[in-house]
Amino acid sequence: MLKYETNAPIYLQVVDAIKLDIINGKLKAGDKLPSGRDLAIQYTINPNTAARVYQELERQEICFTKRGMGTFVTEDHQKIIECRKQMADETLHRFLIGLKELGITKEEAIEMINEANDICLI
Amino acid sequence: MLESVNVTKKFLNKVAVDNVSMTLEPGHIYALLGPNGSGKTTWMKMVAGLIKPTSGVILYKGAPVSIESRKEIAYMSTEPYFYDWMTVLDVGKYYQDFFGDFDFNKYARLIDLMELSMDLKLKNLSSGMMAKLKVAATMGRNSKIYMLDEPLNGIDLLARDQVMKAVLTETSPDNILIISSHLVEELESVVDRAIFIKEAKLQGIYDLELMRSGSGVSIADKYREVYAR
Repeated sequence: MLKYETNAPIYLQVVDAIKLDIINGKLKAGDKLPSGRDLAIQYTINPNTAARVYQELERQEICFTKRGMGTFVTEDHQKIIECRKQMADETLHRFLIGLKELGITKEEAIEMINEANDICLI
Repeated sequence: MLESVNVTKKFLNKVAVDNVSMTLEPGHIYALLGPNGSGKTTWMKMVAGLIKPTSGVILYKGAPVSIESRKEIAYMSTEPYFYDWMTVLDVGKYYQDFFGDFDFNKYARLIDLMELSMDLKLKNLSSGMMAKLKVAATMGRNSKIYMLDEPLNGIDLLARDQVMKAVLTETSPDNILIISSHLVEELESVVDRAIFIKEAKLQGIYDLELMRSGSGVSIADKYREVYAR
């Protein structure tokens, strides 16, 4: 079960969780997503929040709705690549802000990434 | 669909509910919050038609609550109300006799979902199992309004998750669901509106996602803000 950050909108946290599933292939292009009600149960969220999750995913063109059929993951691979890039940018942004607050220089940061042992980027 | 209009309830010299006015709409899950003795249970009992307001009125679909509205308003009280000798199956039959809107299949689904079984005897149930049974019996009705008074009290984390999932499984957009609890954090993701009662008065009703996106305030933060002195 997803643990929520209670000071931030929950619908955006679920949106990010679903985007992550799409990026790392747990959900594939064209896959059918659960109904709003099932999404609410799966993530233990309010049904109105679940509806908002799909609105937001549609707005970002990560998902689309076929009338009477349900909601599906986009079939546009370019969209998924863009989405990955955008989430990486956001993560990088948070990371850099954190390091800036600590007074870490760019050189030090790069060195730290290269020397990080517990999580290695490929 | 549900309106509380200047509702006051006095017991002898104590004011349990003080001039509470609010309107509740279908399609929402409300948390009813406030410390012990703030009047939550008294207000719910008035909605359920079990006690009458001293003044003011509770309207359901525009008419004062009555024996008639009780058919569409399901209330789960904190007090135990089954007999020890009953089995889970007996509770279902008992409710079926008692409530015209009781749906045995729905009850069976809920019992299954919460990992209970029909042959269990009530005298052998743990407090967590009993809490789940009460929720199953109440949500087993096809009512328009469901009120659950402290459904999460005294039960472990896993049982709480099961109760919340069961509740989400069996609500529809034409229902009003009201959950009172002290466990504010447990309700955070499931309810979308929070009603704060302070010293018998309505302090406010808040939209939770709006609060979180507007000022980054969680329901727990708001609780502290409202009740801390």
